Amino acid sequence: MTAVATVLTGRALARRRMRRRLLARPLSVIGLIGTLVAIAVALFAPLISPYDPAATDFGSVLAAPFHGAHLLGTDQLGRDVLSRMFFGARTSLIAGVLATVLGTVVAVPIGLVAGYFRGWVDTVISRLVDVVLAFPFLIIAVGMAAILGPSLSNVVIALGVGQIPVVIRVVRGEVLAQRELEYVQAETVNGTPSGVILFRHILPNISNAIIVQASVAVPTAIVGAAVLSFLGIGVQPPTADWGNMLGDAQGYLAQAPWLGVFPGVAIFLTTLSFNLLGDGIRDALDPRSR
Amino acid sequence: MNGRPVLGVTDLRVRFDTDDGPLLAVDGMSFDVHPGEVLALVGESGCGKSMTALSVLGLQPPNARVTGSIRLGGREILGLESRALRSIRGREIAMVFQEPMSSLNPVFKVGRQIAEVLRKHEKMSAAAARRRAVELLELVRVPTPERVVDEYPHQLSGGMQQRVMIAMAVACDPKLIIADEPTTSLDVTIQAQVLEIFRRLRDRLDTAIILITHDLGVVADIADSVVVMYAGHKMEQAPVMELFERPRHPYTKGLLGTVPRAGLSGTRRELVEIPGSVPLLRSAPTQCVFADRCAYRQDDCRAESPVIREIGVAAQVACLHPVEVVVRS
Amino acid sequence: MIGRVGVRISTSLLTLFLASIAVFLAVRALPGGPAVALSAESGDPGVIAAINRKYGFDQPVVVQFFRWLGLALRGDLGTSPNSGLPVGDVLLDRIPITLELSVLALLVAVVIGVPAGVLAARRPAGTGDFLASTVALAGLSIPHFWFGILLILGFSVGLHVLPAAGFVPILVNPLSNLEHLLMPAIVLGTGFAAIVMRQTRSAVIDALTSDYVRTARAKGLSEWVVVGSHALRNSLITVVTVLGLQLGALIAGVVTVEQVFDIPGLGKLTLDAVFERDYPTLQGVVLLTAAGYVIANLLVDLSYTLLNPRVRVLAGVPR
Repeated sequence: MTAVATVLTGRALARRRMRRRLLARPLSVIGLIGTLVAIAVALFAPLISPYDPAATDFGSVLAAPFHGAHLLGTDQLGRDVLSRMFFGARTSLIAGVLATVLGTVVAVPIGLVAGYFRGWVDTVISRLVDVVLAFPFLIIAVGMAAILGPSLSNVVIALGVGQIPVVIRVVRGEVLAQRELEYVQAETVNGTPSGVILFRHILPNISNAIIVQASVAVPTAIVGAAVLSFLGIGVQPPTADWGNMLGDAQGYLAQAPWLGVFPGVAIFLTTLSFNLLGDGIRDALDPRSR
Repeated sequence: MNGRPVLGVTDLRVRFDTDDGPLLAVDGMSFDVHPGEVLALVGESGCGKSMTALSVLGLQPPNARVTGSIRLGGREILGLESRALRSIRGREIAMVFQEPMSSLNPVFKVGRQIAEVLRKHEKMSAAAARRRAVELLELVRVPTPERVVDEYPHQLSGGMQQRVMIAMAVACDPKLIIADEPTTSLDVTIQAQVLEIFRRLRDRLDTAIILITHDLGVVADIADSVVVMYAGHKMEQAPVMELFERPRHPYTKGLLGTVPRAGLSGTRRELVEIPGSVPLLRSAPTQCVFADRCAYRQDDCRAESPVIREIGVAAQVACLHPVEVVVRS
Repeated sequence: MIGRVGVRISTSLLTLFLASIAVFLAVRALPGGPAVALSAESGDPGVIAAINRKYGFDQPVVVQFFRWLGLALRGDLGTSPNSGLPVGDVLLDRIPITLELSVLALLVAVVIGVPAGVLAARRPAGTGDFLASTVALAGLSIPHFWFGILLILGFSVGLHVLPAAGFVPILVNPLSNLEHLLMPAIVLGTGFAAIVMRQTRSAVIDALTSDYVRTARAKGLSEWVVVGSHALRNSLITVVTVLGLQLGALIAGVVTVEQVFDIPGLGKLTLDAVFERDYPTLQGVVLLTAAGYVIANLLVDLSYTLLNPRVRVLAGVPR
């Protein structure tokens, strides 16, 4: 028991070191800043948007950016692009973060069980994971959207479900490695119940791997949500979403090219920030992996 | 063993700048090799013999600093620019490495790897190079060379792989072959065969050979002269018979003590190990590098690092108090 | 090796079977059942009952499934209720198009990614490496479809050199065919180029520290030959494996790219089928996709054995 306590204290020290390592690399700091900006925009969208994102104005349809009242122009229904971009941050971030949380929360226990208890439970779970992974994620998402209908919550569900097999694999792999280590053998010999071993001992030790996986999953989910909305099976207009803004823009590329540029820039910058931050987290947690 | 030396090395120093400070792998090595001479470079692991060999060809790691003089037939090749060095490698000086399995490219056929040298240096066509590769395999006594030439390294045994390496080395008829522990990873019977090939190269083609080894049995078998190395320094150099009969440096004496020999009663003597291990030099030594392990150490051995000097017939030793004991084997 | 391949094939077949079950069930999980959509949502129970009888939706699911599977194995995937055309024919029409697009995309990925990876590996942590890695990271962060839109804006709307959408079959007009597929292939390919570059880079860095590279240098071979031939050849195995793992992402990318550039391939077909509630087509496409994916993975495995002579030779007895 004392051994575990010392490990935890050591981990608090390690966390401080990790934070320092994270902030040391300029790219990671840029990523962190970008991520915080995106979150801030999403949170304060109503406060900083000059217009109501759903307000149409048929008087100034497809207005050019930088030329008048609308900083980034308007779309085919006269809605202000800038405001829609700010509100779009909400749907993207919600989708990305919630989907990842959903996927992680569901998958981690399954992975723990599969990796620790092995046997037929593990075999069944692993086969199922293989089958699901045999399907390219988008097909599954498209299928689910067909069944559930397009909406933000269904996007979150589809993306979250899509992450489950991957997270299961990662967690299972980590558990397989951990259960061979001495501290696990020691606890088993002591008669500690499996549940306690799994959640009190193994889980904290694999939390790094889970965090790293999540840090990669969030930007992927953000892009995934954008793709689904773009294809028309995600967030539907009039709700402002970067993906469906680009989808709408397709029909007006010749007259209003900016409609195809700005939402994409938003997706790109947000994804890049998360990716840089994720890289930084990965390095901070395990500097050897570079 | 006469005439102008093929390779002349003077005051070779190889220095590494590591995170923990500088490391002197080789500190003042000098020797000459003549046509048809087998020079054995002997010492324990870590004494710098491999680094000496790699430096000759300019193959030392990028963080190594090499100073001194390396002359190939009178021409200075240390510090030569890449293209000139590359025309020497494989053509005038060739190298055979210790682990043939990992030293051969696993995804290319053996014949192609031999032919590569020929096509590069002698500008042969693919067909001609392949034919020559078969001939070279015959030269190194590989059975069914026509078939082996199309095989992959992992399909061959260790001894065969090493022969392929030698064939590769001999392909362009180099003046000097450097063999780094060529028989260490082979069993004794194969060892003898490989050494036989080297012997023939020396006798027939007048090739100079630098044979790096820690195995004195191999030295006794094939070497013409021996350089004993320790912690990057040359401790002793002598013609082979002279070295075995009259070892002068205490280290050499110690090494020879470790060669199992039949005693008068026909039983093996115990392997005498020299206690301690080879030190890592961080800076120019202020004492004899062997002093800490030397059984014959005296006070002044700790005061200065002995310089190599001539002694006896064609022999050199770096010791303040060389041992003059004749050993009968 | 026959044993290994046999195991892989049977695992794949099992996966395929399970996948088809999943598809089948999923399609039937729709609220109201497939009959509702087919009846154009008329809501009239008589119409629905008639449809159920006609398509056999009123049979137990298991019976339906095996009937469908039996037909499918014989090549009859049913008829699309919207277009009236046999699903199998439509699929056959579209396969070559998507195939061509995918092959071109992989070509782009390899042509860009491998040399970039090699160059980055020659001087790790140098400026070239840093640049390449940054570009790769940026490349991974750009959403495919946006990149496609940007290309369209640049080359079609702006410069008028490439067509924005549509497709011309290769047999009709090869040049025009390539014009139409160039941008889609680039969009699809650059995403993988980044991954290929990363993998090539680390594999080549590994190879450069090996003994056989030292031997190659000792033979006096030029650095280009050492890196580009000796090191690279050993790295190809890793690259191919990675490409194989990316096949899933490739399929996803195909759907979006075909949508952006209006290419009549399998991806667009899938999307249209979803919107039009065309279940026979949807089932057929998903089944075909799973089959294609499985076959592609097998091919990757086989190419692995070709690239790695150690695996190829079964019982090479050392002399």
